[in-house]
Amino acid sequence: MSGPGRLFAAQFRRELTTALRSLQEALNPLVFLFLAITLFALGVGVDPEVLGRFAPGIIWVLVLLANLLALETLFRRDYDDGTLEQLVLLGRPLFVPVLAKVTAQWCLTGLAMTVLAPLAALLLYLPGEALGATLLTLIAGSPALTALGAVGAALTVGLRGGGVLLALLILPLYVPTLIFGAGAITLAMSGLEVRAQIYLLAAISVLSVTIAPFAVQAALRISLEQS
Amino acid sequence: MSDEPLLSVEAFGCERDGRRLFHDLTFTLGAGEALELKGPNGSGKSTLLKAIAGLYTDYTGTIRAADRLYLGHRPGLGLLLTAEENLRWYAALGAADGARPPIAEALARVGMAGYERVPCQQMSAGQLRRVGLARLLVCAAPLWLLDEPLTALDRSGQVLVRGLIEEQRGRGGAVLCATHQALGLPGAGTLSLEVQHASTEDGG
Repeated sequence: MSGPGRLFAAQFRRELTTALRSLQEALNPLVFLFLAITLFALGVGVDPEVLGRFAPGIIWVLVLLANLLALETLFRRDYDDGTLEQLVLLGRPLFVPVLAKVTAQWCLTGLAMTVLAPLAALLLYLPGEALGATLLTLIAGSPALTALGAVGAALTVGLRGGGVLLALLILPLYVPTLIFGAGAITLAMSGLEVRAQIYLLAAISVLSVTIAPFAVQAALRISLEQS
Repeated sequence: MSDEPLLSVEAFGCERDGRRLFHDLTFTLGAGEALELKGPNGSGKSTLLKAIAGLYTDYTGTIRAADRLYLGHRPGLGLLLTAEENLRWYAALGAADGARPPIAEALARVGMAGYERVPCQQMSAGQLRRVGLARLLVCAAPLWLLDEPLTALDRSGQVLVRGLIEEQRGRGGAVLCATHQALGLPGAGTLSLEVQHASTEDGG
């Protein structure tokens, strides 16, 4: 039996290779994020005062939606080419491969968005003192978005046009992350301590990443059974 | 080697979309045996293979099967990845086996030498089939479940499939194969499925 580490590495490499070869698709969520931010700046008006006040909410809502956009393709390709059924047929827990998939997906969405967050903050006139909190909430909260989203993606992979259903299933689960994420940045703008919110976001992420792979495994089995 | 069969199906029954596909189907497959699964479209060949593979659980009766490899309608190959990358992934995921042939050797055996670095996206349906067959060599398992392995293959490909099945039987493995074309395997049984009910006849 190959060890979990080797299994994780093999799956992770596979995901990143696939993403690199379909770069346009992989970059879609990031492009969406910045297009939407630009539109907000244009729509709300470039009054730093107003835009800055809304910036925490705008950033987190758009990060949520961009995540959702990326989720639809998380299992789709593997489902279509039959790799997914082979993965399920291993007869072994899918925890490690699913964790590797989720991690790779997070690198392409949550992590990439965190790295680009300063640019988003700049576009939205987010006050400088809240930038640190923005980065911290994103890095602590985004793993939960990917992990929870993977459950919805696994449940809807067998459905054509399951995008809206996916949103309905997953967005309610995103709400706590959204509230604490945007709330913490707003607090930081007033110069308040946000450590508690960051810890809470991290706790939600740890819980999601731990439990989600089991739910994903069950959901994938159901989806494949129907095909 | 134990006398325990590699595959035993007992009182298998299954309904799909309101149609009864199987009722009280019983057969076993031991080491070195092969069984050709025949029947018209919709008679449940793929469903039976999926049930044995473990992809489909909504059935009655019991299925006991050894470690198995399932080759379905979908190739199971990432289209953006090369043949070698796909097979290496399978090798990493499958149970480690010391006697596993190198990937290049497996690809050469299925007539795909030189295609190691070609993305599967650029391959023809027949070439994809061949890479899928290489998987049988890279991940060894005693029981092979093949769903229409001859589809899209040329004449030499069909000879290749026959050869691979004979090698597998020679190693003490077993093969269950759904096919419309006669494989002409020596001493292989045939299981003929009707659209409504199933009947067994043992050719071996």
